[in-house]
Amino acid sequence: MIRPDTGNVIMGQNFSGYRPPARDAFRNFLFVLPAVAIFAVFYIYPFCELFNLSLHQWPGIGPKTFVGLRNFQELLGDKVWWSAMGHAGYITLIALTFQNALAFALALACDREIRLKRFYRLVFFIPPVLSEIVVGILWNWILNSGTQGGQQIGLLNNFIVQTGFPNLVHNWLSDPATALTCIAVVHAWKGFGWGFIMLLAGLQTIDRQLYDAAKVDGAGGWSMFCNITIPMMIPVILLVVILTILGSMQVFVLILSLVNQGLVYHTEVPVTRILASMSGMNQFGYACAQAVIFGVILVAASFTLKAIFNRLRQA
Amino acid sequence: MFRNRYAIESFCKSTALHLFLMAMTVACLFPVFWMLRSSFMSNTTIFVDQSLIPRELNWHNYALAWTRGNFGVYFFNSMVYTVCVVTGIVLVASLAAFAFSRLSFPGRNVLFYIFIAAMMIPLPGSFVPLFVMMNKLHLTNTRFGYILCMINVGLPLSIFLLKTFFDKMPSDLEDAARIDGCNSLQIWWHVAMPLAAPALAVVVIYNALNVWNEYILAALLLNENDLMPLQRGLMVFNGAYQVDYPVLMAGLTITAVPIIGIYLLMQKHIVKGLSSGALVG
Repeated sequence: MIRPDTGNVIMGQNFSGYRPPARDAFRNFLFVLPAVAIFAVFYIYPFCELFNLSLHQWPGIGPKTFVGLRNFQELLGDKVWWSAMGHAGYITLIALTFQNALAFALALACDREIRLKRFYRLVFFIPPVLSEIVVGILWNWILNSGTQGGQQIGLLNNFIVQTGFPNLVHNWLSDPATALTCIAVVHAWKGFGWGFIMLLAGLQTIDRQLYDAAKVDGAGGWSMFCNITIPMMIPVILLVVILTILGSMQVFVLILSLVNQGLVYHTEVPVTRILASMSGMNQFGYACAQAVIFGVILVAASFTLKAIFNRLRQA
Repeated sequence: MFRNRYAIESFCKSTALHLFLMAMTVACLFPVFWMLRSSFMSNTTIFVDQSLIPRELNWHNYALAWTRGNFGVYFFNSMVYTVCVVTGIVLVASLAAFAFSRLSFPGRNVLFYIFIAAMMIPLPGSFVPLFVMMNKLHLTNTRFGYILCMINVGLPLSIFLLKTFFDKMPSDLEDAARIDGCNSLQIWWHVAMPLAAPALAVVVIYNALNVWNEYILAALLLNENDLMPLQRGLMVFNGAYQVDYPVLMAGLTITAVPIIGIYLLMQKHIVKGLSSGALVG
């Protein structure tokens, strides 16, 4: 058995209850000191300050005025904030259904013995390693609706004109009806590789003998999928679902670079609101209150999901 | 007859499967390919010429992006940040992980759980108080401040990965080194670090990708052109050169190619690192 706590044990003193002398304990602590110091200054302190600032009104300079829970009260009635939350929810919903279904289908396809398996795996993970800025700017061109010299700039619109349906040309990103869906699609394009890799790793841990046994018992493909694959995959699916929710709710760099005509109301998401409260309106207290509420919602969502899935597994 | 039908059926199935996978492959690669192709076009032909392969390789755009678009500076900055942050993380995180795994001191478990908790709790908008603090410390618009922030971002996961690795290291090696007269610091450097090479590779690549692709902290903390990394520079450039698509695409290529190259070279480590990062996140 591996005993992680045998650091300062001198030969023959390796028994439980052994405590190193204080000097050694201090010397050992020096090992973690750099990490703890950096972490305390750049994580713990801002973390506490987030809650502290959320109770104050502060324009960024000068004295802070304590306002109690008024920031939160104001936030509850802030229509822009809650519609931004709705937008993020919509993007998340598409990511959960469309993107994850696609990832699962691809993972199932690559789980079989097929040719070019490694090639597909290599390719599907290229979008996730690209930065959100690169992806955003690239897709901004594809979805662009501008024209230059009578020629469509955007690739999609150009393609539509070339194939002979000029009446389908559309302002993809500036029309409120399609903007969010476009963002969600680009987000899914960038993100499905993650789910694919994780689901594939999960599929490969399933014991093949289970399938063989089921085949002997006369099970078809569909019933094997429902009775073996899905139940065995529940922990991985839970993980992918939670990560998708956390990732999609907090998406914003992609939106900043994709919708570059300046952020407009219909593409606001919570983090861009926090950013706007902070650097646009200089309401640091309000920005922190938004961040606190948003964080609480995210943590609550992932815990609720975890509870639901635990129920499912027991059932 | 039966065997024939079976063969046809399986052939159709696998063709359909490959068609599906190929369609997704094209969907993944086409935007990236289009970016590469367009970076070689000239401004007059880019919207007119629909050919997939550019007629001539026009390196002019790259020169323009590198000098007038300031991408030489951005590229240098990104390199500096990536190298410094990754080196910092490897040293700080491996020391801490080694102590968490092998040495005893009061409060060890509590501290470790705090790091783990930080990794799992989503903290959107934490950049607000961080920005306030950096302003107070006069660390905005300094390389040092940005590097410290990014080291902090990578610490929890790196400590976790390295600790799980050190936990699996046989203690006999450590005992042998101790008998030979090594102190804990020497054991860390001469025994633990060389053994941890696979885990370190994951840590290095994961964090390098992270720093290279980071945007929001760079946007908040760095306002001077000379200090900006690539992602931040791209957004500035995008505002200034919006119509000049060939040069913009050259800038995008300069930003994306190093990452794609590293990914293709080290894809096993990256996939392992990213999925293990996801597994605990």
